[in-house]
Amino acid sequence: MPPNSRPGDAVFANVERVNAELFTLTYGAIVRQLLTDFEEVDEVNKQLDTMGYNIGIRLIDDFLAKANITRCSDFRETAETIAKVGFKMFLGVTGSVANWNADGTECSLILDDNPLVDFVELPETCQGLYYCNILCGVIRGALEMVSMRTEVKFVKDILRGDDAYEMRLKLLEQVPEEYPYKDDD
Amino acid sequence: MIGVGRTKQHVNVVDRPLGKGKVEVSLSAFSFLFSELVQYSQTRVDNIAELERRLEDAGAGVGLRTLELLCHREKGNRRETRLLGILSFVHSTVWKCLFGKVADSLEKGTEHEDEYMISEKELLVNRFISVPKDMGAFNCGAFVAGVVKGVLDGAGFPARVTAHFVAVEGQARPRTTILIKFAEEVLQREARLG
Repeated sequence: MPPNSRPGDAVFANVERVNAELFTLTYGAIVRQLLTDFEEVDEVNKQLDTMGYNIGIRLIDDFLAKANITRCSDFRETAETIAKVGFKMFLGVTGSVANWNADGTECSLILDDNPLVDFVELPETCQGLYYCNILCGVIRGALEMVSMRTEVKFVKDILRGDDAYEMRLKLLEQVPEEYPYKDDD
Repeated sequence: MIGVGRTKQHVNVVDRPLGKGKVEVSLSAFSFLFSELVQYSQTRVDNIAELERRLEDAGAGVGLRTLELLCHREKGNRRETRLLGILSFVHSTVWKCLFGKVADSLEKGTEHEDEYMISEKELLVNRFISVPKDMGAFNCGAFVAGVVKGVLDGAGFPARVTAHFVAVEGQARPRTTILIKFAEEVLQREARLG
């Protein structure tokens, strides 16, 4: 295999791992709990996004510490890094990036497979649920910690009959880093 | 509209082949998720007992599904019907599937006939968790206790299952003991079966 064709593979091989079923079932338990607590699927979508955000703002440190990557030069590179290294390092699956807008500020992150949804089927009553919405929050939270304000939302979901999991990632603002810099570079 | 011109379609969950259980995700991903579960649960409760209860409930959902999954995959659609059989199933098969290893020990309680203990030096869910002093004896292992309860209940062995920290001499971190107290009818049935 040519070097760097799947940069996330080496990273994933080097992190500690757990059985995906434990992860899948635990996530399922969380979603079920939220559905019981909030009843409205829109509220659940929101809550999942918030939980993801909380994870994202912490996860970025773990990512930067272990992923062995250099600073991304532009937003395109950022998106590629999320898809190829980020998804792989945490979820063990590689995503792809597509559908860029002309300005290079908006793109789609696409996953064909996703360990969150194994064993999952949406019942009639949950049709408005974006089951994996937590991922949007994670990406938003993580990017915010590296000075990018973004909007992330699901536009396609296999559980809802689409052909892939597709999140629309939109860069709203690149917050300039101000002196004194908080990190050591 | 649905299914028109689609190359890949969502296949009904029961029509899909069952995975072999070898797929993995990073420990970080799980730990972050679990931490969110605990933090979220904390916002919905007034006291530690309720918090443990909520984690236990979440775990029970996981346990019930794990039982079903493992009976299909590992046991050829059979499940254990005897007390020691189901206990060793939890201690070995379930533990191995969920936590990647057999539990450190399975013991019978010395004082009560109906009590069994599964102990683990460092429970996976507690790896990155330190309990604040003001939360007393709270143990996030309540989630794992819930898993055990889910498996046992689902298999027809109703029990009360709780998680406790037990100090170990010479170790900085206490181990976690999952205490299983079987319902009376389970022991009566067991006695009848001889």
